[in-house]
Amino acid sequence: MVETMLQVSLTLFGVAIVIALYRIVFGPSLPDRVIALDMIGVNLITAIAIVSVILNTKAFLEVILILGVLAFISTIAFSKFIEKGGVIIERKRDD
Amino acid sequence: MYTVNLAIMIPFLAAIIVPIIYKRIQKIHIGWFVFLVPTALFLFLVSFIPHIANGETYLYTLEWIPSYNINFTTYLDGLSLIFALLITGIGALVTIYSIYYLSSEENLSHFYTYLLLFMGAMLGVVFSDNIMVLYVFWELTSISSFLLIAFWYHRKSSRDGAQKSLLITVSGGFGMLVGFIMLYVMTGSMSVREIITTISSFHDHALFIPAMLLILLGAFTKSAQYPFHIWLPTAMEAPTPVSAYLHSATMVKAGIYLVARFTPVFGGELTWFWVVTIVGIVTLFWGSFNAIRQTDLKALLAYSTISQLGMIMSMIGISSVALRQGYSVNTVIYTQAAFAAIFHLINHSTFKGALFMVVGIIDHELGTRDIRRLGGLATLMPITFTIAIIGSFSMAGLPPFNGFLSKEMFFTAVLSVRELQFTSEVWMSLIPVIAWVASTLTFVYCMIFVIKTFLGEYKEEKLEHPGHEAPFGMLFSPVVLGFLVIVIFFFPNVLGDYVIKPAMYSIFPQLGAEDLGQHISAWHGFNTELKMTIGVIVLGTLLFISLRHWKGIYNWILPEKLSFNSLYGNSLEKVEDLSKFVTNSYMTGHLRDYMVYIYIFFIIAVGGTLLNTKAFLFDLEQYSSISEFEWLITIGMIIAAIAMLLAKSRLTAILLNSVLGYGIAIFFVIFRAPDLALTQTVIETVTTVLFLAAYYFLPEWKKEDSKRRSKVVNAIISVTVGVLFTTIALAVQSGKLFESVSSFYENAYELAGANNIVNAILGDFRAFDTMLEVVVLLIAGLGVYTFIKLKARKGDNPLEDK
Repeated sequence: MVETMLQVSLTLFGVAIVIALYRIVFGPSLPDRVIALDMIGVNLITAIAIVSVILNTKAFLEVILILGVLAFISTIAFSKFIEKGGVIIERKRDD
Repeated sequence: MYTVNLAIMIPFLAAIIVPIIYKRIQKIHIGWFVFLVPTALFLFLVSFIPHIANGETYLYTLEWIPSYNINFTTYLDGLSLIFALLITGIGALVTIYSIYYLSSEENLSHFYTYLLLFMGAMLGVVFSDNIMVLYVFWELTSISSFLLIAFWYHRKSSRDGAQKSLLITVSGGFGMLVGFIMLYVMTGSMSVREIITTISSFHDHALFIPAMLLILLGAFTKSAQYPFHIWLPTAMEAPTPVSAYLHSATMVKAGIYLVARFTPVFGGELTWFWVVTIVGIVTLFWGSFNAIRQTDLKALLAYSTISQLGMIMSMIGISSVALRQGYSVNTVIYTQAAFAAIFHLINHSTFKGALFMVVGIIDHELGTRDIRRLGGLATLMPITFTIAIIGSFSMAGLPPFNGFLSKEMFFTAVLSVRELQFTSEVWMSLIPVIAWVASTLTFVYCMIFVIKTFLGEYKEEKLEHPGHEAPFGMLFSPVVLGFLVIVIFFFPNVLGDYVIKPAMYSIFPQLGAEDLGQHISAWHGFNTELKMTIGVIVLGTLLFISLRHWKGIYNWILPEKLSFNSLYGNSLEKVEDLSKFVTNSYMTGHLRDYMVYIYIFFIIAVGGTLLNTKAFLFDLEQYSSISEFEWLITIGMIIAAIAMLLAKSRLTAILLNSVLGYGIAIFFVIFRAPDLALTQTVIETVTTVLFLAAYYFLPEWKKEDSKRRSKVVNAIISVTVGVLFTTIALAVQSGKLFESVSSFYENAYELAGANNIVNAILGDFRAFDTMLEVVVLLIAGLGVYTFIKLKARKGDNPLEDK
C-alpha cells in the first residue's frame, strides 16, 4: 500500500517536473524560466527523498542537501545576472 | 684482409679530412691532396689485374647487420675491376684537370668533399655484393651527384638541373630497391652471387618479371636511357670536371654496370632481351638525333653520351641471348656483344672524358661554349684541336681510333640479331637499320663538334677573351686520355685479354668453362661491317654538308613544347596544381566540414563493421522494466534536448542544459550511485555559472546562416550517429562474454578498510587514474589562469611569435 502511494507520488512529481519544463521551454520571459528551473530543483529534492524511501537507503540524503544548496545558488546567479546584466562577481573598486 | 672494403672507405675518410686540410694549409691547392686518393687507389687496383686475369676473385665480408642478412660484402671480379679502374683512373685525371679549371675563389673544400663522396659511393656500387649495400651506395651517388650539379647554387639553372636529376634518379632508385626486395623475397638471399646460383629455380615465380622490370627502371634512370634521359642535358650546369667525370665516365655507367651484373640473373628471359635491347637502340637513335640540333657544346656532348650509353645498353641486351640459348658455336657471337659492350664502355670513358675537358678548356679560355659564336680555333689552340679530333673521330667510329673497333663490333652484334627467330624477320632487321642510321647521325654531330668549333672563320668580336692555348696543367688530362684512345686502337688485345675477358666470366658465369675472350683483329677483312662504316662516312658527310637545308625539320618534328623536357616540367607543375587543388578542396578551414569528415568516417567505420559482423542483434526482453517516473524524467529530458536545438535565446539554452544535467543527476539517484549524483549536481551548477560568467563576452546569439543542404546533411549525420550509438549500447548489453570483475571490489572493506566501494576504487584500487585526473584539472586551471592573465598589451608582439 505504502509502496503504491510512494510510486504514485513519485509519478506525480515527475508530471510536475514536465509541467515546469513546459514553462522553461515556452515561458515568455526569462524570470519565468528561472523560477521554473528552481521549481524543478525543489521537485527533484522531494523526488530523491521518495526514491530514498523506496530504495530504503540513507545514501542519498547528502544529494538532497547539496541539491538544495545548489538550486539556490544557481537561482541567485541567474537573478543577479538578469538584474545586472552579465557580471556575477563584482570587482573590487581599486582593481 | 679487408683491403677492398678499405678501398671503398678511403675516399669517405678523405672527404672528412679535406675541409680540415683546406683550412690549415692555404698555400698548396687542396686538389693535390685529393689527387693522392684516386691515384693510390688506381695503382692498388692495377696490382690486381694479373690475379683477376688468372681467374681469381676476391670476396670480403664485413658484418654490418647480420640479423637482416645485410653485410658489407665486397666482391672483386673482372667486371667490378674495370669499373673501379675507370672510376679511380679518370677520377685522378679529373682531379688534376679541376685543379687548373676551378679558380681558388671557388669553394674548393666543398667541391672536393662532394667529389670524394661520389668516388667512394661509386666504388661501393661496383664492389658491393650485397644488394642492400649496393642500394645504399647507389643512392649516395645520386645525392653526391645532386650536390655536384648544384655546385654553383646561386644559379637557378643549376638548382633546377640538380633537382631534376635527383628526382629522376632517386625515383628509379626506389624502383630498384623494391626490385631488390622482391629478389630477396624470391631467393632468400641478399648476395648477388648466391642469387645467380639459385635464380634458375625461380624463373616461374610471380615476382620474377616485376623484379626484373623494377631493377631495369633503376638502371635506365641512372644511365639516362630513353625516356629518362632528360636529366642528363640539364645536369650540364655542373662544373665541367663534374660533367666529364660523373656524366660521361662513371655515374651514368652505374646503370650499365647494374644491367651487366644482373644479366646472369635475368638474362635467360626473353623480356630482358627485348626491354634492354629496344630501350638501348631507341636511346642510341634519339640521343644522336637530338645531339645535332644542340648549339651548346656541352649539351651536344650530353646527348652524345645518352646515345653512346644506349649503344652499350643494347649490346648487353643482345648478349643475353647467349644465356637463353646456351653455349654453342652459333651463340658465341652473342657473348661477343657483351665483349663489345665492355670494350666500348672503356673507349667511351676515354674519348668522352677528353671531349668534355676540351669543351671545358674552350669555355674557360674563351668564355663561351656556344657553337654559333665559335670558329677558327684550330691555329690558336693546336693541342686542344688535336685532342678534339682524336675524341670526335673516335666517337664517330673512324680509324685509327678505338671507337672504330667498338663500332665495328657493334655492327657485328646488331647484324647477328637478324638470325634470331623471336619474331618476324622484318622487325628483327629493323634493329641494324636503326643502329646504322644512328651511327650516321653520330658521325654528323661529331663533325659539327670539330668543324664548327675549330675550323671556319674566327669571330673574335663574339668572344669574351681572345683565343689562346690553355695552360699545360689543364691539357695534361685530356692529352693522357687522347693518348689512350690511340693506344687502345693499336693494342686492343692487351686490354681485351687482361681486363675484358675476366669481366666476361662475371657476366656469363653459367658459361664459365668456355673461352669467352675475343681476339680483336678482324678489322682488316672487307666485310659487311666495314661497308656499313663506309656508308656511315659517305652519308654522314653528305648530311653534314647539307645540314643547313634540313636542320629545319627539328622545329616541325620536335617543337620544344612536345619534348620530354616539357612533359616533365608540365607534369611536375600539374601534379603540384592538382595536389594543391585537392588539398584546398577538403581543407576548407571550416570546423563544420572537419566535423562532418570525422563523423562520416565514424559512421562508415563503426557502422560498417557492425553491419559486416552482424553485431546489431539485441533482445529487448532481457532488460528490466521502466517505472512511470523514469518515463517522465526521460520524456522531460528529450523535450529539453529538442527545445535546446530550437531555442531562440542563449539563456534559454543554458537553462535547458541545466535541466538535462539535473535529469542525469536524478537518474544517478535512481540507479543507486550517490557519489556520482553528488558530483553531477555540483558540476552541473558550476557549469551553469561558468556559462553565465562567459555570457557577457559571447557574441550575439545568431542563427547560423548556413545553406539548406548543409543543414539537411547535419541532420542526417546527427541522427545516424545517435542511432548508431544507441544500437551499439543495446548490442553491447546482449554480448557479454566474461563475468564482471566487480565482485573483487566487493571485498573493499577487507582489502582497503573502506565502506564506500566507489571511493575505495578511486583512492585505492585504481588511484593512478585519479592522480592523473587531478593533474588534468591542475593543467586546466593553469591554462585558464594563463589565458586570462598573459595577454599581450597594445604594441607588444603576440606571445606566440616570440
